Amino acid sequence: MQWEVVIGLEIHTQLTTQSKIFSGSATTFGSEPNTQASLVDLGMPGTLPVLNKEAVQMAVKFGLAIDAEIGQHNVFARKNYFYPDLPKGYQISQMELPIVGKGHLDITLEDGTIKRIGVTRAHLEEDAGKSLHEDYSGMTGIDLNRAGTPLLEIVSEPDMRSAKEAVAYVKAMHALVRYLGICDGNMAEGSLRCDCNVSIRPKGQVEFGTRCEIKNVNSFRFIEKAINSEIQRQIDLIEDGGKVIQQTRLYDPNTNETRAMRSKEEANDYRYFPDPDLLPVIIEDSFLEQTRATLPELPPQKRERFQSQFGLSLYDASVLASSREQAEYFEQVVGIVGDAKLAANWVMVELGSLLNKTNSDMTKPPISAEQLGGMLLRIVDKTISGKIAKEILEAMLAGECVEIGIGSADEIIEQRGLKQVTDSGAIESILDDMLAANAEQVEQYRAADEAKRGKMFGFFVGQAMKASRGKANPGQVNELLKRKLEG
Amino acid sequence: MALDRSDVEKIAHLARLGLNDADIPRTTEALNSILGLVDQMQAVDTAGIEPLAHPLEASQRLREDVVSEANHRDSYQAIAPAVEDGLYLVPKVID
Repeated sequence: MQWEVVIGLEIHTQLTTQSKIFSGSATTFGSEPNTQASLVDLGMPGTLPVLNKEAVQMAVKFGLAIDAEIGQHNVFARKNYFYPDLPKGYQISQMELPIVGKGHLDITLEDGTIKRIGVTRAHLEEDAGKSLHEDYSGMTGIDLNRAGTPLLEIVSEPDMRSAKEAVAYVKAMHALVRYLGICDGNMAEGSLRCDCNVSIRPKGQVEFGTRCEIKNVNSFRFIEKAINSEIQRQIDLIEDGGKVIQQTRLYDPNTNETRAMRSKEEANDYRYFPDPDLLPVIIEDSFLEQTRATLPELPPQKRERFQSQFGLSLYDASVLASSREQAEYFEQVVGIVGDAKLAANWVMVELGSLLNKTNSDMTKPPISAEQLGGMLLRIVDKTISGKIAKEILEAMLAGECVEIGIGSADEIIEQRGLKQVTDSGAIESILDDMLAANAEQVEQYRAADEAKRGKMFGFFVGQAMKASRGKANPGQVNELLKRKLEG
Repeated sequence: MALDRSDVEKIAHLARLGLNDADIPRTTEALNSILGLVDQMQAVDTAGIEPLAHPLEASQRLREDVVSEANHRDSYQAIAPAVEDGLYLVPKVID
């Protein structure tokens, strides 16, 4: 049987406000437990929530960025459940009239095509505190610093058809909220969390299969693995004659399996109703226009501009535009070196592999745009070859020359004596010495027929480059060498 | 619409109210009389009327995003039944 996978995602993004959504407590991550939990956050009787304007503005910004209708009349509701990480006994959320309505986000698939994913809605709500179940002799420890942190919950349409598409969507959403500056995207600290709804159906069937929800997956890699393991579980189950039961599941990275949460944990009946403590929120047209004016250039526009302004391919343009830091870095490098294709290659390929190697990302690149741009200038003016450039990159990574300057390519070239040799007299003398040392091979080359010569020629080029310690201009070496061997 | 005993038991559980057996018939009756009032209101023609989210005809005022709360953990925790390492302790919520 051919199965089709259907995936919809709920992404919770913590908004980067200074204070909480309904109280004046700070939202700093990692503070001492309960030092950012005020009477409102503690759910004390007699306190009232007062909505944070910035949280509303951030939500509106997001809505505008995904082309959504903005709920100009929106209402907060109570979602009732008892759990000590939200001591009021309910979470203030939005049900009927969310702030962000239907919108969409485009993702770039691996084959370079663009797919549009629908966003059903996004609503504002408050985050819960943290429960610590270990170490407190039979008790649970509660830290309410996080309680009341503003969240924007972004609900997608069931538009994704593979784990890879789901990851591409989360990455695009991650990039977008960072572009907008409304969420720091730090998944390890829980600033962006994802629930995945997964179901399968026979290919061609119109109705959806029964779905399962995998709760709280917190890395791109785990999202892909969790979804794939859930897909396999559902296929195995159905092919063995079983039925998928709608339930909430948790992903365990250690076993690479999802398991059902106990039914007690999910026996929820939230009894939503409008929160009488909060009046309806009216978003005026003037507020919308003000907010629209603050929108930065977003990934799709950037991608198009990179294609038209720099002549980059769709793929290169979308990779470079995928994160704000990377796009800005690239533009800085282009600003220095002028050659956009060269800059794109080095940012995507060489810098990309350095990032992998050093386990870092574009928020803290190991080599600055000035350093990279300055070095590319030296490739363009033929001071160095591409091979030497890689050596210089390594040296920059090791922090070479920072003690005598800024660790620039010029400093490293000077210090290491890496300047490319383009003086043909000097190259000729290198070649003469090398050919003399390999007289036997020269004989063989001259005796060989044309077909065999190619490979042998490569040997001489290698020897010449080695003799010049990589500094001879490869083009000139080729040309002069050919002449001498024909000699 | 009328509630029966099992509805009331379920609602009581959701609200974490410990109703004893003797209370249940009385509570069921009280709730049903409230629902009776609701039924009466349901009969009113509300076509074309926007649902009411709040009885006051006003809109929410928004607060500037400024931290205005200082740390008063010690005084808040002074009245808590159990605290440790700055955490509020509650009966264990998972097994």
